[in-house]
Amino acid sequence: MEKTYNNKAWFLVLPVLVLVAFSAVIPLMTVVNYSVQDTFGNNVFFWAGTEWFEQVLTSSRFHGALIRSLSFSLVILAIQIPLGIFVALNMPRKGIGVPICLVLMALPLLIPWNVVGTIWQVFGRGDIGLLGYTLRTLGISYNYATDPWHAWITVVVMDVWHWTSLVVLLCYAGLVSIPDAYYQAAKIDGASRWSVFRYIQLPKMNRVLLIAVLLRFMDSFMIYTEPFVVTGGGPGSATNFLSIDLVKMAIGQFDLGPAAAMSIVYFLIILALSWVFYTVMTNYDTANR
Amino acid sequence: MARIELDHIRHAYMANPQSADDYALKEVHHQWSDGGAYALLGPSGCGKTTLLNIISGLLKPSEGQIRFNGTDVTNLSTEERNIAQVFQFPVVYDTMTVFDNLAFPLRNRGLPEADVKKRVTETLEMLDLSDRANKRARGLTADQKQKISLGRGLVRRDVNAILFDEPLTVIDPHLKWVLRSELKKLHRRFGFTMVYVTHDQTEALTFADKVVVMYEGEIVQIGTPDELFRKPAHTFVGYFIGSPGMNIVPIKLDQGRARLGEHVIDMPGATPMPGKMELGIRPEFVTLGREGMPVSISKVEDIGRHRIVRAQLADHDIAVVVPEDGDIPADPRVTFVPEGINLYADSRRVETRG
Ligand SMILES: Nc1ncnc2c1ncn2[C@@H]1O[C@H](COP(=O)(O)OP(=O)(O)O)[C@@H](O)[C@H]1O
Ligand SMILES: [Mg+2]
Repeated sequence: MEKTYNNKAWFLVLPVLVLVAFSAVIPLMTVVNYSVQDTFGNNVFFWAGTEWFEQVLTSSRFHGALIRSLSFSLVILAIQIPLGIFVALNMPRKGIGVPICLVLMALPLLIPWNVVGTIWQVFGRGDIGLLGYTLRTLGISYNYATDPWHAWITVVVMDVWHWTSLVVLLCYAGLVSIPDAYYQAAKIDGASRWSVFRYIQLPKMNRVLLIAVLLRFMDSFMIYTEPFVVTGGGPGSATNFLSIDLVKMAIGQFDLGPAAAMSIVYFLIILALSWVFYTVMTNYDTANR
Repeated sequence: MARIELDHIRHAYMANPQSADDYALKEVHHQWSDGGAYALLGPSGCGKTTLLNIISGLLKPSEGQIRFNGTDVTNLSTEERNIAQVFQFPVVYDTMTVFDNLAFPLRNRGLPEADVKKRVTETLEMLDLSDRANKRARGLTADQKQKISLGRGLVRRDVNAILFDEPLTVIDPHLKWVLRSELKKLHRRFGFTMVYVTHDQTEALTFADKVVVMYEGEIVQIGTPDELFRKPAHTFVGYFIGSPGMNIVPIKLDQGRARLGEHVIDMPGATPMPGKMELGIRPEFVTLGREGMPVSISKVEDIGRHRIVRAQLADHDIAVVVPEDGDIPADPRVTFVPEGINLYADSRRVETRG
């Protein structure tokens, strides 16, 4: 189709630009401001250049947190995406089961994040928590407050419990949009269950899966509230993810300069990785044309 | 290849059908002979797709039995019945190449790759898709996609039957003609039983040995195109086949004659019977002249070889086919050619002579 060019169109975009400026760009500029200056309070600032960035990028504390966050996101994606697809495939397509399943799936998504954290914090406790107590009586020494592995498992299971439904719902939406004729044709062609998944369902879910991967990556990479409530980043620094570390630095130690520099690095990493996911998945999509 | 018997098949989509109206298929009791080419003709919603899906096993009938060569297959899966079916709207596997799409049903059945290659190449050639064999199926146009759908049915030659559900709806007229002749050729070459659903009468009449006409969940007539034209077994067949359709007028039946308003039409052999009586006569068998029953002409359509005269006869609309050079008198009257008269009781044809 021919596009018509008219510079007046910019006026139509103006309101959005103003909104974005106030909600995102200006706060971001403050952070940029902090990241290149030093202060001893009283609103007196000194130019610090790239000092904070160098400090953050070379610190082993940052490297540790970055690796923990990346591993966490990978584990989350590796569990939630296949699990979400699997659950969606097994959800009923019609009848009374549909609304029941949808409501059940939506429930965890509706719970506020700190409440989720609190639920699991209590759930896992050895003295009063159902899970912790049961495991303990079964003879398994489970304690997320002292054992790093237990802490990790708890945080991962909690996130799976909280967010897999999002993947399920997205995949389900993709699945129900497949016309019946495809399944009928597959039967006529003698396709196996696996072929139906591989050649009909997966291609049709491609787009929603892209969204699911992006959302789950960004969200898990930025996870803060739930692990903070459950483990507070511990034991030691076992679950000290980037976001938790950032808050400790900014609010706990009031190191505004390094914290601001870290925020920016953090933001750029998310942006870059999301872009990578997006291009890889859409390229895969168009390569198939 | 198989003879397909439908033994008192009924089907309702709802769980507890109460009346006959709840059935999408009211009662189908019919045999498709081995190697026959059938056209299944009927208006939208009359149950054609339902019937095909029951034959192919996509749908299990509420009642009745299906037999292939005498063996009960009612509870067998689509796969076990070995039937190819082509749907009305194209179904392609987007991520596969055109070649792989056609190879898919063969590979699923474990055919050796050499045979797969041979058959797919042949079929692609026939469908004029060879140059796209290695392209992804996704970017193709609707009619190319439909050709692929068709191809996935046609590569399988050892099937019991091939069912086509209005497969050429999305295809342009010229290509339609080409594909139809290809189908006919294939049928002659491989002799599979073929059922071809359409709601286009020309397509049905040019394609099939036998035309099966369905109406409101029932098969109302099975016959050659000529039988459908001369002796429609149901008033619906009369309307549906022929252009324009048959004239149907209500009558009162006496011994040996029919009354249409104040007019009397001789019908030797007819006896009074209960039910709603109608007389059917094709416009080709109505003669316009200076004798017979007076009509008032409302419109004359010139369609080349002949003219169609629309007129009123005793308050009923009728159509008359008049030859191009035929005369239309100022005081028009019509007579019915006796061989063209059909009698209907409650919409079904009754034999009057012989
Ligand atoms: N999956 C279905 N569920 C309920 N009713 C259906 C379904 N498919 C078809 N029907 C109904 O059955 C009747 C016959 O439909 P169909 O066999 O598709 O007709 P055709 O192919 O001749 O157009 C229609 O009244 C239609 O509404
Ligand atoms: Mg149909």
